[in-house]
Amino acid sequence: MTKASSLILRRMRVPLLVLIATYSISILGFVLVPGVDENGQRWNMTFFDAVYFVSYMATTIGFGELPQPFSAAQRMWTTISIYLSVVGWVYAIGAILSLVQNNLLKRALEEGRFIRNVKRLNESFFIICGYGETARLLVHSLNTRGFRTVVIESNRERLDDLSMSDIPNSVPSLAADASDSEVLIEAGLYHSMCKGVVALTDSDEVNLKIAISCRLLKKSVDVICRAESLDTEANMRSFSTDYIINPFESFASRLAMALHSPGSYLIYQWLTGVPGTRLMEPATPPRGLWLLCGYGRFGKAVHRFLTFEGLKTRIIESDHELTSPPEGSIKGRGTEAVTLRNAGISDAVGIVAGTDNDTNNLSIIYTAKEQNKDLFTVARQNHGSNKKLFQNTSVDIVMQRSDIIAHEILSVILAPLLASFLQQVKSHGNLWSCELASRLIAIVGETTPDTWGVAIDEKQTPALAAALAEGEQVSVGVLNKNHFDREKRLKSMVLMIAREDREHEDGIRLISLPDEDQPLQAGDQILFCSREGVRNEIAWVLNNRNALHYVQTGEQVSEGWLWRMFSGGSRHATDA
Amino acid sequence: MNLEKVVFAFFIVLAMTVNFGFFVGEMNDPLHHNVYELYMAIVVNLIATILKFGDRTHIGAVLLATSLVADLHLIAAAVAWGIGLYMLDMGNDVLGIVVSLSGGALLANITSVVLLVVETMSLRK
Repeated sequence: MTKASSLILRRMRVPLLVLIATYSISILGFVLVPGVDENGQRWNMTFFDAVYFVSYMATTIGFGELPQPFSAAQRMWTTISIYLSVVGWVYAIGAILSLVQNNLLKRALEEGRFIRNVKRLNESFFIICGYGETARLLVHSLNTRGFRTVVIESNRERLDDLSMSDIPNSVPSLAADASDSEVLIEAGLYHSMCKGVVALTDSDEVNLKIAISCRLLKKSVDVICRAESLDTEANMRSFSTDYIINPFESFASRLAMALHSPGSYLIYQWLTGVPGTRLMEPATPPRGLWLLCGYGRFGKAVHRFLTFEGLKTRIIESDHELTSPPEGSIKGRGTEAVTLRNAGISDAVGIVAGTDNDTNNLSIIYTAKEQNKDLFTVARQNHGSNKKLFQNTSVDIVMQRSDIIAHEILSVILAPLLASFLQQVKSHGNLWSCELASRLIAIVGETTPDTWGVAIDEKQTPALAAALAEGEQVSVGVLNKNHFDREKRLKSMVLMIAREDREHEDGIRLISLPDEDQPLQAGDQILFCSREGVRNEIAWVLNNRNALHYVQTGEQVSEGWLWRMFSGGSRHATDA
Repeated sequence: MNLEKVVFAFFIVLAMTVNFGFFVGEMNDPLHHNVYELYMAIVVNLIATILKFGDRTHIGAVLLATSLVADLHLIAAAVAWGIGLYMLDMGNDVLGIVVSLSGGALLANITSVVLLVVETMSLRK
């Protein structure tokens, strides 16, 4: 029995008992109370008559006195019965109405609907715990990429925001505490399509609890957690959490990447964005003295990464006692011209406004630009709602925390291949990335590309797997040909091939940006990147033997037996 | 002592005893089967059924099922009595059907009481 129906039955017990009592008392009364017929004879109602009479009397239908006119005693009993039954009905109906409005019942119904919706999911999905700015981006991006999401959030108002948003698929959501393992199970932890759990709540403790519960309940599921303190991070690691994302660390490392290798940074942003949105513009930060406003958790991480990059930095921080910045740091908020001048703004090439206050960050950028027009500016944006303000301040790079965490998580869960590809991007350096970036732009235009991975096997790519099994040579270039007209190239490219290789140290060889004539092998994993919608075109070549044959050779295969009879052979060439 | 438990057990046992009182006696002898007793059996059984509503345990579900079976039998008995008496003019011959139906209800009620006793015993341990 579900919670909701059990609750309804329990609440209906008293009203139903009251109804049964009023009915049975009235019926018994009519059987016992004597009547007098026209001959002056005493008569008694049978049970049949009494049930009939009470049925229409109690529901106020009132057919009159049946089977014959009543005696005074019977009329008296009728009066009493009317009041009894009317009160009984009013009470019962009132109870039903208040039950419908009952919050407990509403929640029980909601929960029941949530569980049903989760059970019905037949596509891969992720459980997202906590629905803040990061989660909103993540849910949106995952849904547009063909994954489903289930959201657990304890704050109802945030869920209202979810139900108002224009996400293509419905997102089952529940207002509950995700640290409760029961809730995680209801959200589909044991579901066969559940690919992973992403813990993004504001509290480290809750995230840790989620990580532990998932590990203990289901070993095979991916767990991605957000941790703000290094302590929690270490604790999560001990529970073999798959990915731990520290917002400050990943934020600073992205910033460092943007500074030393803008090309790689661009590719990171492009490949993990929401498909269909506009690509961000490339920007190249200069090398030299950088001013760093704010030395909190974020500032410290940025400082560490920038120093590692070999950049000279000078810190501006108002509270030296609390944050203890290195020697030579300037005291002040950075919003005043004096402080900036003291810090040597005229010699600086760039400034990072990294305080946890958006207004201060905007003010720092504005003041700094007045002092030094050529300054390269990087601003930290804390709240999504301030997006427009930052856009209008002409900041070179705006870094939004929730945005970066979402990208980081996406790169991990979208395709395991993508994460290793991005690792390659990092190691190849800026020049390689810039080249790749220009190639990408040529293919995908100005919107975020769709990135996905596919493995060559009988299940995912039946046609290709069969062709390879028969000894046919298929090269990478073939996959990008249009199956309607092989002379035309699809707006897509193969980013990487992962191939099993015993001799290689990890057992897997990664071929990034393979040449057109690179031959494919069974068991290869291919990472594609394409314009939105092109994925279906490529799927034709991968799944349909005739389409594959056409793009390989240019020969059209006759599909039906009848057509083959007419054309006089099994194949005929249509290629001009 | 819990008043709720007293009321609960009272109605379940009463449902069985009243049912038994109607059932016992010569099959076709109207003197042995009182119509008021059948009426009481139906009312008490309905009350017992509703008292069993909303229990999510397994034994609660089985208890509810036995009660529903008893209700079904007794209401069928009452309907059969009405049809036999007023529509088919069977006279006292209809009593055989009515009494045997109430016998079925009695079995269900006995199961119900046995389950109640079993549950109480397991609570003691």
